[in-house]
Amino acid sequence: MSITVSFVLNGQAVSAAVESRTLLVEMIRENLGRTGTHVGCDTSQCGACVIHVNGRSVKSCSMLAVQAEGAEIVTIEGVAGDDSLHPMQEAYREHHGLQCGFCTPGMIMSCLDLVAQNPDPSEHEIREWLEGNLCRCTGYQNIVRAVKAGAKAMR
Amino acid sequence: MAENGIGAAVRRKEDHRFITGKGRYTDDINRPQQLYAHMLRSPLPHARIRKLDTAAASAYEGVAAIFTGQDMLADGVGGLPCGWGINNKDGSPMVEPGHPPLAADTVRHVGDQVAVVIAESRTIARDAAEAIEVDYEELPAVTDLASASADGAPLVWEEAPGNICFDWEIGDAAPLEEAFAKAAHVVDIDVVNNRLIANAIEPRAAIGDYDSGNDEYTLYTTSQNPHVIRLLMGAYVLGIPEHKLRVVAPDVGGGFGSKIFHYAEEAIVTWASRKLKRPVKWTAERSESFVSDAHGRDHLSHAELALSEEGDFLGLKVQTRANLGAYVSTFGPSVPTYLYATLLAGTYKTPAIYAEVKAMFTNTVPVDAYRGAGRPEASYLLERLVDKAARVTGIDPIELRRRNFISPDSFPYQTPVALEYDSGDYGACLDQALEMSDYAGFESRRQAAAERGMLRGVGISTYIEACGLAPSNVAGALGARAGLYEAGTIRVNPTGSVTVITGSHSHGQGHETTFAQLVTESLGVDFDNIEVVHGDTGKVPFGMGTYGSRSLAVGGMALMAALEKIKTKSKKIAAHLLEASEEDIEFENGQLSVAGTDKSVSFGDIALAAYVPHNYPLDVLEPGLEETAFYDPKNFTFPAGCHICEVEVDPDTGVVQVVSFTAADDFGRIINPMIVEGQVHGGLTQGIGQALYEQCVYDTDSGELKTGSLLDYCLPKADHLPNYDVSTNTTLCTHNVLGVKGCGEAGAIGSPPAVINAVINALSVKNVDDIEMPATPEKVWQAIQAASA
Repeated sequence: MSITVSFVLNGQAVSAAVESRTLLVEMIRENLGRTGTHVGCDTSQCGACVIHVNGRSVKSCSMLAVQAEGAEIVTIEGVAGDDSLHPMQEAYREHHGLQCGFCTPGMIMSCLDLVAQNPDPSEHEIREWLEGNLCRCTGYQNIVRAVKAGAKAMR
Repeated sequence: MAENGIGAAVRRKEDHRFITGKGRYTDDINRPQQLYAHMLRSPLPHARIRKLDTAAASAYEGVAAIFTGQDMLADGVGGLPCGWGINNKDGSPMVEPGHPPLAADTVRHVGDQVAVVIAESRTIARDAAEAIEVDYEELPAVTDLASASADGAPLVWEEAPGNICFDWEIGDAAPLEEAFAKAAHVVDIDVVNNRLIANAIEPRAAIGDYDSGNDEYTLYTTSQNPHVIRLLMGAYVLGIPEHKLRVVAPDVGGGFGSKIFHYAEEAIVTWASRKLKRPVKWTAERSESFVSDAHGRDHLSHAELALSEEGDFLGLKVQTRANLGAYVSTFGPSVPTYLYATLLAGTYKTPAIYAEVKAMFTNTVPVDAYRGAGRPEASYLLERLVDKAARVTGIDPIELRRRNFISPDSFPYQTPVALEYDSGDYGACLDQALEMSDYAGFESRRQAAAERGMLRGVGISTYIEACGLAPSNVAGALGARAGLYEAGTIRVNPTGSVTVITGSHSHGQGHETTFAQLVTESLGVDFDNIEVVHGDTGKVPFGMGTYGSRSLAVGGMALMAALEKIKTKSKKIAAHLLEASEEDIEFENGQLSVAGTDKSVSFGDIALAAYVPHNYPLDVLEPGLEETAFYDPKNFTFPAGCHICEVEVDPDTGVVQVVSFTAADDFGRIINPMIVEGQVHGGLTQGIGQALYEQCVYDTDSGELKTGSLLDYCLPKADHLPNYDVSTNTTLCTHNVLGVKGCGEAGAIGSPPAVINAVINALSVKNVDDIEMPATPEKVWQAIQAASA
């Protein structure tokens, strides 16, 4: 059975017809064509699907599309300004906080929420926060550096 | 060093698309009118397919087709080939059963492909697959090496008695008799190299897109080597000539070896798209990846080291059983043989070495290369054995290593196991690591930890590896069925920008940046005016892809050779423009000048002249400025180093925490130290993962993969790990123009023994002297209990 789900995505009103079992990440990627948010697992460990729903980081594989009705959603495509990158994005590049890039959108979205809640996180706090975001390439060290620098630039 | 040239920590060009969500990974790609494929997989480890009833499933609305192994066989589809043949001790070839993309009549591991459902949506395909009725006749199965080796064990393949694929040897057994006879000490060890799963964060995916208008195929796939797929699938499986088959490996989210191989799903979607005249897209679910991506490692080894009274290594003998899984995978046979046993000299001048390897079939997912591919197995065995020898002889583990190191003036050094090392200074890396890790201060840290009730240990590993695969004639003599050259083109455009076309593939390694650095250094072209193209056989005519830490040592060297041709031609053009002789032209910092004068032209002038040849020596020189080189390396390269790990173990819970990790590595010349550091960080993390967290477990009764999702298979997480302290020491490779050795896998090769040696060191106060990887809290706790009983 088809249900129409509408919400605001990166500042734009969007709408699509989905099934009741459609995951939010599926709707974002397939119905709405925003492929920056990724699917890396099927048990909600990896965090590649992290987006912001009503200002908080959420694993979009763990929400049904219908649960997002009327929400304010931000994905990685909505982070940069018109002509410039967000300081957190700049920090990832400056500190080599990515290699293959697949975990990166979810990682950045997750870190933005961390910094929103804790503007000056310690290394320990960053590592604990990132327990829900897996990276197989970087070993996390440069990601932590990037988050530290991004947080500082955002203050 | 030019700005943004060799040695500079240039920030990456490729990052922009990744940090803005504009990367283009295979699952991001959609083709008009595409259908979706869902694989039906065996729930049993070994069974005959008595009956396969797809009638009910086919009736689902939106199902376009359901294909089985019989359908593919009837259409003449070939089996997935093996790219490396290994011979037995007696010279006879290995057992090489066929590997159909869809099982024809027998399934041989949980996850083995049985049928493919192709439908208008993923969900329809998945739902319909549940309606397929398969009548399996269960057969007895074996999933681990011990069971597969037992007398009367069930056979995975009738044609492989004893479940042996091959029984291989290397080295000379005869001198060992004497070495062991005169030895003052003989130290033996049994080690397990635990089975691992690569788990790149991007699951595998493939899109087959047949164009009936041109009778041409395009395959989009998450591959580390699109040209290899074109070769293997085109020539052996589907019978498609190269010029009709384009393979595109776009952005790929990590590989670590698991995305080298030609997988069934690639052939299935390509073949199906021709049958259905529509694109067919398949994307793995993670738990599906667990039972279909090649696994890694899985060795059982017994080794004996003979030593003199003073601690000289006199001889080493090794017996290894290696699990190949249910089928011979693309490079499976090479991993426990020529990528493993040839490293058993390590950094040591052991004069006599002999190794036997039995490769066995089991009813498990095929095993093939995973970061390090054979070299981690060798260094783990050696460095555990050397540490044990230190304990047994009472000789300090560092002094024992130093005593036996191949000295810096011994190169080139011919090992007793085929490889000839070109350069190295193992003592320098050891010294560097000892200092960086404040090894001298360990005892006081250990005491401070003890006061907190924690057991602190330090462990060391001095490793070497062989990479930069590979000299084709040598590889061919050893069983490789393909060449291992690399190809590169430097295309200078009329306005002076440069397009680099490389057969190497970047799935995280940063080639778009580092290869541009090579060009900037060589031609003086602005870094921002250089573009690196890779991954698409439609744009890159030839290549062999990225694995075995070969991109710089082989791919980069192909580019250096092409750059040299560009420089030679440029000088000819300059000579004409400057009315001088070619021998007097100097090319530096983007300027070509007549030696000893101030007459010069810029490289930009040369480029324009080449494509607008009005003032140009057309009678002796073709217009244009584009050169291609194929580079076949003269030897492997031999990165080496010293890793030192400190752990703290909580004796009450068994939890092991890595509190510091130091790496002093020798990678030869370094192009981008930031990228090298990143590769080391990633490799160390995978090595620590192997040592402490990761294990692939099969249920011996049901043959099910118990660690079948990320819930059960523990990947290292950010809060498990410390910051690493890494640095490099450089001895140049002697057989390539830049002296580079490569760095991608070394972290995963040197670290597991450093970690386990540290754990054993920490547990020595509890009389524990052995532990297997992964050293989970339960294992550690049990070991402590057992030792105190």
